[in-house]
Amino acid sequence: MSTNIITPIDEVGAQERVSRLFSRSIKNESKVQALHLSLSMIDLTTLEGKDSQGKVKQLCYKASHLHDSFPRLPTVAAICIYPTMVSVAKKALGGTGINVASVATAFPSGMADLQAKLDEVKSVVEAGADEVDMVISRGKFLRGEYAYVSDEIAQVKEACGDAHLKVILETGELVTLDNVRLASDLAMDAGADFIKTSTGKVSPAATPPVVLTMLEAIRDYQLKTGKKIGMKPAGGIGTAKQAVQYLVMIKETLGEDWLSPDLFRFGASSLANDVLMQIVKQSTGHYQSKDYFSID
Amino acid sequence: MSNRINIQKTYKLFIDGKFPRTESGRYIKWSDSKESAVVNICRGSRKDFRNAMVAARKASGSWACRTAYNRAQILYRIGEMLEGRRDQFMAELTLQGLSKKQAENEIDTSIDRLIYYAGWADKFQQVFSHVNPVSLPYFNFTVPEATGVVAAIAPDDTSLLGLVSVIAPVIAGGNSIVVLASESFPLCSITLAEVLHTSDVPEGIVNILTGYRSELIEHFSSHMDVNAIIYCGNDRNDRKLVETNAALNIKRVVQFPEQNWSKDQHQSPYHIMKCQETKTTWHPVGI
Amino acid sequence: MNKTIKWEYSPAPESTDHIELKKQYNLFINGKFNAPKSGKYFKTINPSNEKTISSVAEADKTDVDKAVKSAKNAYEKIWSKMPAKERGKYIFRIARLLQERAREFSVIETMDGGKPIRESRDVDIPLASAHFFYHAGWADKLEYAFPGRQAKPIGVAGQIIPWNFPLLMAAWKLAPALATGNTVVLKPAETTPLTALKLAEIIQEADLPPGVINVVTGAGKTGQAIVNHPDVNKIAFTGSTEVGKYIMKAVAGSGKKYTLELGGKAANIIFEDAAIDQAVEGIINAIFFNQGHVCCAGSRLYIQEGVVDEVISKLRKRMETLIVGDPLDKNTDIGAINSKMQLQKIKSYVKMGTKEGGSIFQSSCSIPKKGFWHAPTIFTDVSQSNRIVQEEIFGPVLAIQTFRTVDEVMAKANNSPYGLSGGVWTEKGSKIFKVTQDIRAGVIWANTFNKFDPASPFGGYKESGVGSEGGIEGLSGYVNMV
Repeated sequence: MSTNIITPIDEVGAQERVSRLFSRSIKNESKVQALHLSLSMIDLTTLEGKDSQGKVKQLCYKASHLHDSFPRLPTVAAICIYPTMVSVAKKALGGTGINVASVATAFPSGMADLQAKLDEVKSVVEAGADEVDMVISRGKFLRGEYAYVSDEIAQVKEACGDAHLKVILETGELVTLDNVRLASDLAMDAGADFIKTSTGKVSPAATPPVVLTMLEAIRDYQLKTGKKIGMKPAGGIGTAKQAVQYLVMIKETLGEDWLSPDLFRFGASSLANDVLMQIVKQSTGHYQSKDYFSID
Repeated sequence: MSNRINIQKTYKLFIDGKFPRTESGRYIKWSDSKESAVVNICRGSRKDFRNAMVAARKASGSWACRTAYNRAQILYRIGEMLEGRRDQFMAELTLQGLSKKQAENEIDTSIDRLIYYAGWADKFQQVFSHVNPVSLPYFNFTVPEATGVVAAIAPDDTSLLGLVSVIAPVIAGGNSIVVLASESFPLCSITLAEVLHTSDVPEGIVNILTGYRSELIEHFSSHMDVNAIIYCGNDRNDRKLVETNAALNIKRVVQFPEQNWSKDQHQSPYHIMKCQETKTTWHPVGI
Repeated sequence: MNKTIKWEYSPAPESTDHIELKKQYNLFINGKFNAPKSGKYFKTINPSNEKTISSVAEADKTDVDKAVKSAKNAYEKIWSKMPAKERGKYIFRIARLLQERAREFSVIETMDGGKPIRESRDVDIPLASAHFFYHAGWADKLEYAFPGRQAKPIGVAGQIIPWNFPLLMAAWKLAPALATGNTVVLKPAETTPLTALKLAEIIQEADLPPGVINVVTGAGKTGQAIVNHPDVNKIAFTGSTEVGKYIMKAVAGSGKKYTLELGGKAANIIFEDAAIDQAVEGIINAIFFNQGHVCCAGSRLYIQEGVVDEVISKLRKRMETLIVGDPLDKNTDIGAINSKMQLQKIKSYVKMGTKEGGSIFQSSCSIPKKGFWHAPTIFTDVSQSNRIVQEEIFGPVLAIQTFRTVDEVMAKANNSPYGLSGGVWTEKGSKIFKVTQDIRAGVIWANTFNKFDPASPFGGYKESGVGSEGGIEGLSGYVNMV
């Protein structure tokens, strides 16, 4: 691995930058545009032990029919599921243009040996996953075994073949922004196509300073290498307001190139409906009720 | 009576830890009331003051950076040395018209004053510093810091105590000083300089000039490298001149009226604070 | 997949519906609004569109005399005799009323001065209110502020405040003066008098005894009349070093006390081991906050050689995201320059900087046609000898130099007649303590910049002023200690 130079991050300063970004007032036309954009960036997610094939099929239908009574809505970008559901989802989403993203590498803990992880990755890719969301070995990272972590990511990347690799840092376990930055640099150097905050299983998940820190790492990586790496905050983003705030953060940190599902995703299960309610409200002028929006 | 001829003292200036004569070559004849003793006092010039200022500026930074404990010990050492020179000060003070008892009292008080400020040197910062509870995630604290170089016109009506009372709080606070000694009673000033010279006071921290107030006050108050000016006296024109000239570079102005310096109320940590700046530092609190 | 989109923020102007502004304002003397004796009024305009907002009375010597007499009378008969805790309650009242009317004050501050609503809403007005609240509590606790001494009020304070933080500066001056038992004649700046006059309405509403606070409006002559009035016992001034010196001379020999908050040319020092992204944000905050109309602005930037390219390229990128325009728009980062005169001054410095060989970069923002505007500007290739490095510009103009060693940068940082503030950016704790100690300035921001709080004293070394405002230290400027 090539990166172990620490880029320090001042937590208070990062928080202040976030507050300033989040105080942008997004109104009228710019809000409608942002809401539509947010929808198209969602990785509609279900990652529960009790997930059934039925539920995944329903989710896939929702993914391409977000709110049929309202015309000209985009679809979400992908659905994100466990490995055993990949073939079901792939079939259900056929022809929609919506990607199938599978978590892998002993999600969410990552507590398995490397070979088992690689086998799992290969199998989800074979089953048709377009995107693989791996977790890093946080234990190794926190012990300072950066080379191990980096090497593991590189091997997973290789196992992915053409599938896009999202590397989940599980920032809630890395605790400091210094660690978040280091893990981001390390993941990008090792071949990540996207870096992603969280599994959703650990609290805190995607906090704004963490997302900002990762976006800044992505920006610096592009300056250094010319490569554009994608970003996916996941967990804890449930409202349209949050989504729009993150779009502001992207625009002012990375620029408009990243305002695309190719380079930015929201990992969320309940965000879509809140965005939908806002879109309908912007159009009708009336605040909406959840009763009018299908849950999946 | 022996036939031996006494060695008489030459009264010089004290600049940069050395005892030069005034560069101007001028002198002021000083005699006691009975005219039994006549000495030549240096009539310090604008250029002497300038030289003293250069020395004081050069010295000031490292003095402020010493530990407070070290400054305290040096002030205490001045007191020790002064105690050891009692006889000489007695002779000079009585020659300048004080009774034996008055002279003794002035020496006692001067020594005690040095010890008083020696004790404050490592405490005033503690007493006057604050941690400020700001409404933001920052650690915010305020400390006094030495103003820098102080120019002082010492009280005219005392030879030793006034000089000590002006110098001690200034250097206890980490400043360097150029001080004009009493014009009317100049004898003790150079003896005090000898005390300072043997007390581990770094060169340039205290510089003592003798001469005419009327001649030097203009230069003391107008020099652009002086950070604070102390004026002791009641002359309204002098005060106005000092305050007006202070505006040239925004000097801090400290004034003391004629007063009985032997009283305890004229020693105070607030006197140290008169030649201190207030520095506030902010730092984020986070991980 | 989807192509990249263009996403611009729609206008988000703060509403001005709830604002009450009169066509004309009189002088606030002895609890009432009085017409000036001369009958003269001057216009106050909105610098972002040059439209007249209101007209304001011009106080002459006679009016000032009336105001001082009313302050003296209130001091002698009411304020100095009132139990301290009651005095405190009046100040608490002002704090509360100001909180209640915060939005109205923010909008007026922005209209009159040109600063972005984001700042008047998030900084100026809340801090002003906090200043009253903090100082209110001191009124009956002064014996704890001055150990071993008794603090007595001075009498009548003449307070002259600048146009960069109109209401906040009024609060900085009024709150400690009142808490320590003084009465006041306050003069706001002639380009930004409105919030002080609105504050006078609050003072009426708070039922403060007549004469305790008097507000007289006018320009330099009005200020002069205050400074030279024999019954004024203390002058508190915030403004230029030039005027500060004039005041020192004017009060020489009069026995008047004074505190002065004057100019600055702060060094902001970025070490190689700094958190660079936060440092870049700090640079932006240091020089572009309030259009750079800040006496403690970090207008001299020193970057350690190893990170020069990174810092400057990030700084330029960040500058491009600054939104310059309608101050009332909630997304505006940089508002209007306060006055035509100030704009001309800034422009002449920028011209000078270019002429002296500096390399200029300005953000490519579009600038409104009407009103007074200046793009965020940075200069590289300048040295200590350049006038734009030495002199206070009081605008959004930054002079950047590089350095290699700590000794070198400390020498440069302190190579200035000013000493108001400074900034240090490094992740090394011991270095912070060393450098913050060695900078000869009154307020040091380590890994941050331009933070303010009523509990935190603010004041300068050297030609940046005399005395402090805020905190315990700020009280001492308003008392005689016995």
